[in-house]
Amino acid sequence: MVLTARGLRRDFGAFTAVKDVNLDVRHAEVHALIGPNGAGKTTVFNLLTKFLQPTAGRITLMGQDITRTAPDKVARMGLVRSFQISAVFPHLSVLDNVRVALQRNHNLAHQFWRPLSALDSLNGRAEDLLSSVGLSRERDQLAADLSYGRKRVLEIATTLALDPKVLLLDEPMAGMGQEDIGTIANLIREVAKTRAVLMVEHNLSVVADLCHHVTVLQRGEILAEGDYETVSRDPRVRTAYMGTEEA
Amino acid sequence: MARSSSTAPAVLAGTDKADPAAASGFKLVLGVVALGVLLAVPFFVYPIFLMKVLCFALFACAFNVLLGYTGLLSFGHAAFFGGAAYFTAHVVKEWGFPPELGILTGVVGAAALGFVMGALAIRRQGIYFAMITLALSQMFFFFCLQAEFTKGEDGIQSVPRGHLLGLIDLNQPLAMYYTVAGTFLIGLFLIWRFVNSPFGMILKSIRENEARAISLGYSVQRYKLGAFVFSAAIAGLAGAMKALVFQFATLTDVAWQMSGEVILMTLLGGIGTMFGPIVGAGFIVALGNYLATTGFPVTIITGVVFMVCVLVFRRGIVGEFYASRLGRRLGLDHRH
Repeated sequence: MVLTARGLRRDFGAFTAVKDVNLDVRHAEVHALIGPNGAGKTTVFNLLTKFLQPTAGRITLMGQDITRTAPDKVARMGLVRSFQISAVFPHLSVLDNVRVALQRNHNLAHQFWRPLSALDSLNGRAEDLLSSVGLSRERDQLAADLSYGRKRVLEIATTLALDPKVLLLDEPMAGMGQEDIGTIANLIREVAKTRAVLMVEHNLSVVADLCHHVTVLQRGEILAEGDYETVSRDPRVRTAYMGTEEA
Repeated sequence: MARSSSTAPAVLAGTDKADPAAASGFKLVLGVVALGVLLAVPFFVYPIFLMKVLCFALFACAFNVLLGYTGLLSFGHAAFFGGAAYFTAHVVKEWGFPPELGILTGVVGAAALGFVMGALAIRRQGIYFAMITLALSQMFFFFCLQAEFTKGEDGIQSVPRGHLLGLIDLNQPLAMYYTVAGTFLIGLFLIWRFVNSPFGMILKSIRENEARAISLGYSVQRYKLGAFVFSAAIAGLAGAMKALVFQFATLTDVAWQMSGEVILMTLLGGIGTMFGPIVGAGFIVALGNYLATTGFPVTIITGVVFMVCVLVFRRGIVGEFYASRLGRRLGLDHRH
């Protein structure tokens, strides 16, 4: 068990966005968090990565309680997230986007007296990451000039650059072309062999194909849990999805 | 704010493709010409005026480290500029420090002040950050008004310039000028190195997308504080020089109008460009000097200039040039 949440709850005034959520994310598994719009999936992500403070509940990462830990600290402990709205650094080149992520682990983040060429030592690793996601040709473009789907791909490359122990991906495939979806699905499968992945995803064929474990959220509460087969047969889940998930 | 709309369609950009050879040649020529002008100009123009321009140019460049490269709008930079002027003037006049130690005192004092103000202000973002810096600098203004050593409304007057390293008599206008010009170049180099360093890269990423920088594990507050202290120190260097050049330190330099003026200079010249703030500072100081003899109120003109800048050329003078066809061909329009 790499990441666990117990009795997670978050109130916004009188509105309870997330209530009594328990999650167990295991090493070397892809865990999907699905549910209709407004179910609280992104809020759960924000709570787990500490971008939001839970009103109640407990979160542990590899046995350590992180319920009150700052978000950057949590990232340094190995829990790294992506964002629903593409999160790249728009006016940096594609290569620089990845290098920024690599800088911290290579002790190249604080040096204000060294020239930028000090970062060239990261190029090899950065280029490997770019080629693993198929972004080699766009290496020197500004991230802002990439298509939406390619930005998402870049974001995943940046996230992987940190070599995280737990990967939280918020709708990684949203807005991607079919070709990229295949590449990224394979990539996620590959990286999940050595780490835990928790992802929010709407594309149910991707979920069926990729995920070992599925948690269904509805109105901030867990509706069903289990492997995809079990969950997709659950009549409550079928109702929630209005029968659209014929995978 | 500092976003260039360099996202022109690829087809269009293709016609203005940067020519790397022309770009590096152009930069070299520009550098040599600028250096030549810097060395020769005191023989043609009143040195005091030039030194004033250089002091303000360095001040604006220091301010730009925050606004242009980190995305923080400080409305309290006068505290560092004017504060350093007071520190330097005091230690040189009362304690008999030599000029180089006097300047160092000003820089260290401004950095310390920047650390305190920055630590309090960086907890908030955007307009709240600007308001906190303004409030803190107003508190410092009040301190300067009341404190004994600043001599209140009179300011610290007739500050001796002394001998640089015990050798060069700074009372010679040219000696003073070249000292200021040299310090200016050192300050500019430090800024350039700071911005184009691994640390500067993280600052840019924070400017671009703060939440993402946090999610990559960067404690953005520390980086912001680092940039704030550095910016304050360089602003202090500019203020310390000004105290020696004009041989006095007054309340004008710590007043909020000075914080506003430096914003105007940076905006006018071009936020996030290396040379924009220099051009902006030169323009504003020249305007002030010219209008001072005509009796026409300067503030009206600067107000109009500000409005025209915001309405017509929001990238500033240098920024617009970089983004123009010629600038793009010379490979200047990149904000990496």
